[in-house]
Amino acid sequence: MTEPSRDYTGEHLLRDLAPQVLGAVVRRFGDFSAAEDAVQEALLAAAVQWPEQGVPDNPRGWLIQVAARRMIDHIRSELARRRRDAVVLMHEPPELQVVPAPDDPVHTSLESTFGSAGSARESERDDTLILLFMCCHPALTRPSAIALTLRAVGGLTTAEIANAFLVPEATMAQRISRAKERIRSSGVPFRLPTDRERAERLGAVLHVLYLIFNEGYVSSVGPALQRSDLANEAIRLTRGVHNLLDADGEVAGLLALMLLTDARRLARTGPEGELIPLAEQDRALWDRRAIAEGVALISDALPRGAVGPYQLQAAIAALHDEAARAADTDWPQILALYGLLKRMSDNPMVSLNHAIAAAMVNGPAAGLELLTSLDADKRMAGHYRLDAVRAHLLEMAGDHQAAITHYQAAAGATTSIPERNYLTTKAARLVAGPKGL
Amino acid sequence: MKYMLMMHAPRAGWTNAGIGTWPPEDFKAHIRFMIDFNTELKKTGELVGVEGLAGPEAARVVRAGKRGAPEVTDGPFAEAKEFLAGYWIVDVENTERAYEIAALASAAPGKGGVPLNMPIEVRQVMSAPPVDM
Repeated sequence: MTEPSRDYTGEHLLRDLAPQVLGAVVRRFGDFSAAEDAVQEALLAAAVQWPEQGVPDNPRGWLIQVAARRMIDHIRSELARRRRDAVVLMHEPPELQVVPAPDDPVHTSLESTFGSAGSARESERDDTLILLFMCCHPALTRPSAIALTLRAVGGLTTAEIANAFLVPEATMAQRISRAKERIRSSGVPFRLPTDRERAERLGAVLHVLYLIFNEGYVSSVGPALQRSDLANEAIRLTRGVHNLLDADGEVAGLLALMLLTDARRLARTGPEGELIPLAEQDRALWDRRAIAEGVALISDALPRGAVGPYQLQAAIAALHDEAARAADTDWPQILALYGLLKRMSDNPMVSLNHAIAAAMVNGPAAGLELLTSLDADKRMAGHYRLDAVRAHLLEMAGDHQAAITHYQAAAGATTSIPERNYLTTKAARLVAGPKGL
Repeated sequence: MKYMLMMHAPRAGWTNAGIGTWPPEDFKAHIRFMIDFNTELKKTGELVGVEGLAGPEAARVVRAGKRGAPEVTDGPFAEAKEFLAGYWIVDVENTERAYEIAALASAAPGKGGVPLNMPIEVRQVMSAPPVDM
C-alpha cells in the first residue's frame, strides 16, 4: 500500500482522535448531534492550524478544548434563544435543562479524559465502541448508518463522504442530520449495549463496516479509482475495532476478509477498467503483505472457536490468495468451507458460490445440478448472477450454445457496466468460436 | 442504490387538455406539490438530482450528418404515446424505497386536485460490480 498523501500522518492522527474527542464531548455535554458538529469544526480547525503551527503537545486535549468551546458557544446561543422564548412563555430557567449536575458522572469522566491518567484509557476505548454502536444502530437505514459512521467515527468531512458516494454535498448533509435526528428521537443512550443485545448490535456494526469496504472495493475500477479510499477507510476502522475487541473472532475474521480481498485489488481490473476474473489475474500484482497479515489473523482466530460467516469467508479468501497459480487452488477445502457457510446462513449468493466450488471439484454437471435448486428460490428469480454462473458452468461443460444464451441474459440484467462488458465479451468470444478466444 | 425516476406525460391531448389548460389554482396546487415533494426528498438525504423538461413541441432529434455535423429534425418520434416530462435521480436503501417514492410522485394532483397517477418509469443507475466475480 502506498501512502496517499504527505499529510498522511497528521490526517490519520486527526481521524484516529475523532471518536475519542467526540466521546469526551458527548460525555460532557450530552448532546450527540451538536457535539458531533462541534468536533467536526475542531477537526477542520486542526487541519488548517496544525500544518502551519505544528501539532500541539497534547493533540487530543487541544481538540477537546476547541470542540468544547464551540459547544459552549452553541449552548449560549441556545440559551439566549430559549430566554427570548421564556420571556413570553414563562418557562423555568433554561440552565436547569442544559447544564449537567456537578455530581453527574459526565463530569468525573471529563476529568479523566482531560487528564493523562491511565484511567482515561478505559473510557476512550468504550467511547469509540459506543459511537460505533450508536452510528450503526438498527433504527437507521443502512445509507444513513454508513454516512454517520464515516463522519462521527471516521472523521471524514461531509464533502468527502458525498464525493465517495457520488451524491451532492447538500444531500449527504441532510442524510447525516436526519440520522442524528433519528438517534435523538429513538432515545439511544450513550452507553455500551447490554450483554443481551450485544451480539446483534456488533453484527450491525460489522455489517456497516463491510458495506463501506464493498462500496470502496467494488468501485475501484476505471474513472472511480479514487473511491478505493473507502476500502482503506473501512480497513482502518475495522482494525480499530479489532484492537479494541481482539478476542472477538468475527471482528478478526472481517478484518482478515477485507485484507485478503483488498490484496487483489490491483490485479482485479485491466488498463481499461475491465474486470479480470480470479483465475486470470496476474498474481504477481497481489499485495503479499496484506495477504500475510490476513492469513495470520484468520489462522489465529479460527482455532479459538465460535466460527462465524466472516471467518469462513476470510478462510476461503485465504485459500485463493495462497495458491501460487489458479490451478493450485485448494478447491476441495473451499467446497467444504462453502458447505459450512451454507449451513450457517440462508443466503442464495452463498449457494451460488457453493455450486461453483462443487463444479471445480466434481465437474460442471455437479455444479449445474446444485443450481437447479436455486431456480425455485424467489430471491434469485431472474437474478443475473444465477445466469452468469450457469453460463460459466455450461461453458466448462462444453455446451457453448446454452452458455451464450445465459451470458447474454446475465449481461442484459446486471446493473454494473464493467460486469456487463465482461459478460458481453464472454458471449461474443463463444459466438466467434475458437478464433475469437 | 441510485435510481432514475422518469415521469411520463400522455402526448395525446397535451396541447388541448394538458397542464397548461388547467384552472390556475389546480396548476398552482400541482407546482406546490412538486416543490414540497422535492424538499422532502432533500430532507431525507435521498435526492441526487431533479429536472423538469421543456414541452415536446420544442424537442428536436439530432443525428450526425456529413462530417459529423448535427442534422436536426423535429421530434421526438411522433408515434410515441408519451413523452418524458421530467426526472429525479434518488439514492435510496433499496428498490422498494425507489418504488415508494415513484408512487408518491405518480399521485401528484391534476385537474380538480384529482391524483394524476402518471406512469413513472423506474430504472436503476448502473453501479459497480459486486465483490466476487
